[in-house]
Amino acid sequence: MSLFEQIGFLFTSYDIPAAFWVNIQLSFWAAIGALVIGTVLGLMRVSPVPSLRWLGTSYVTLLRNTPLTVIMLFLVLGVWGQLKIELAPDFNTNFFLFAIVGLAIYHAAFVCEAVRSGINTVPLGQAEAARAIGLSFLPAARLVLLPQAVRGAVAPLGNVLIALIKNSTVAAAASVATETSSVMKTMIEFNGNMTVLIFMIFALGYVILVVPIGLLTTWGSRRLAVSR
Amino acid sequence: MSGAVLFDTPGPRARRNTLVANAVGGVVLVGIVVLVLWKLGQEGQLEASRWTSLLTSAAWVNYFLPGLQNTVVAALYAVVLSMAFGLFFGLGRLAPYAWVRWVAGTVVEFFRAVPVLLMMIALWLGLGFAKVVPAPQIPLVAVVVALTLYNGSVIAELVRSGVHGLPKGQREAAAAIGMTHTQSLRLVELPQALIAMLPSLVSQFVIILKDSALGYIVTFNELLQLSRQFGAANGNMLQSLALCAAIFITINWLLTRFADWVATRLSHRTSGRTTPHVAPPPGAEREEQVAA
Repeated sequence: MSLFEQIGFLFTSYDIPAAFWVNIQLSFWAAIGALVIGTVLGLMRVSPVPSLRWLGTSYVTLLRNTPLTVIMLFLVLGVWGQLKIELAPDFNTNFFLFAIVGLAIYHAAFVCEAVRSGINTVPLGQAEAARAIGLSFLPAARLVLLPQAVRGAVAPLGNVLIALIKNSTVAAAASVATETSSVMKTMIEFNGNMTVLIFMIFALGYVILVVPIGLLTTWGSRRLAVSR
Repeated sequence: MSGAVLFDTPGPRARRNTLVANAVGGVVLVGIVVLVLWKLGQEGQLEASRWTSLLTSAAWVNYFLPGLQNTVVAALYAVVLSMAFGLFFGLGRLAPYAWVRWVAGTVVEFFRAVPVLLMMIALWLGLGFAKVVPAPQIPLVAVVVALTLYNGSVIAELVRSGVHGLPKGQREAAAAIGMTHTQSLRLVELPQALIAMLPSLVSQFVIILKDSALGYIVTFNELLQLSRQFGAANGNMLQSLALCAAIFITINWLLTRFADWVATRLSHRTSGRTTPHVAPPPGAEREEQVAA
């Protein structure tokens, strides 16, 4: 078979775009979850309330230092297998939802750090100036501090999104069998003579997914950068 | 403290509000802990035997220590090889010839954009078909090579951004005393960039250690694999995986502390920035490093 015939054979025998679609869905929902949890944690970490600060710091220290594979297995074998907590009656939907939860709680720790580093890019003088012209807490935060903090968080948040998309392949550890790494494994197992080609197809798929996001966030963060 | 930007020094009323919020936060926290413990107790997960079996010498000698050893060995191989890979391609990206920069840049950007797990699985199965590595060693080789390709590319990026992050005056001073581009790179810029990079390298070790757990998926007998086997054999999966997570968290936390310590120790040895930072996202070629 020529190279083009091989590619044609692989794309007709296996639904490769569908596998990528699963990863995109996983990443999409996990990104929303991670953004919500991470922002709440980030605000907790900069709040003046000690117990909330402690909670945010502990969460980040624990989750950031645990391998994602361990989190996935813990959810599927521990929370589902032992504690019998079920997210959906359907087997596959259940694993899919657990994978989203795992990805979301893991990346929330990194979103938290991104939010915090965004807030840290705002110089103290900005807050002092806002108070000096008589703005109280909420107006100062809404009009002066958070707009700058959000701009500073664009680049680190872009990095987290890229990591999240790539890490969505770890859903394989949570028994999601329709995502890219599992599909690639099956394809190589049945077509060992085309290993390199199959890997390159999936690898280029991720390059196409990830590189535009990298370019976009870099462009965005430079455009939005506050020149100081 | 970062809160200083958002919050003014509290007055009496703000202090009272903080105190109330603190108490509410504490109550919620205790509530969550109680809820988790209640659920664990209901499912019989708090029975002493499920926890004490983790502390027997058989558990450690047969499962956790060999697993930890394999994890650490794979991570150490990967660290050494990815430093060599990173230095090679990082210098390639700084080379005075455009085609060398282009080749090195393409390799680095490619391996940074591809998920490590895909590389690991492809190598694991591919090496099985190719029969170039003895079968029992295949999972280890797949894990080490995949980790090297990804983390080596990140380190290459750190080398490049480390050299670019030095003050312009360093390069200018080298040029002023008559050094060539290569001499300036070798004698002035690289030594400072590498010292500035050390904390980031230690942080990268944390990432390598965490990613080595992906070896579980390619049947590598690392800590997670053996913890799962122990949990399955002794009917304490939850406890065994929790111990596995605790071991990873402890090691990585210590490494992070070490990275911070190295950063403060080395800050006066270089004109570069020593605080650990992340490489720019894939595709962000020739962009200035964004502080993290």
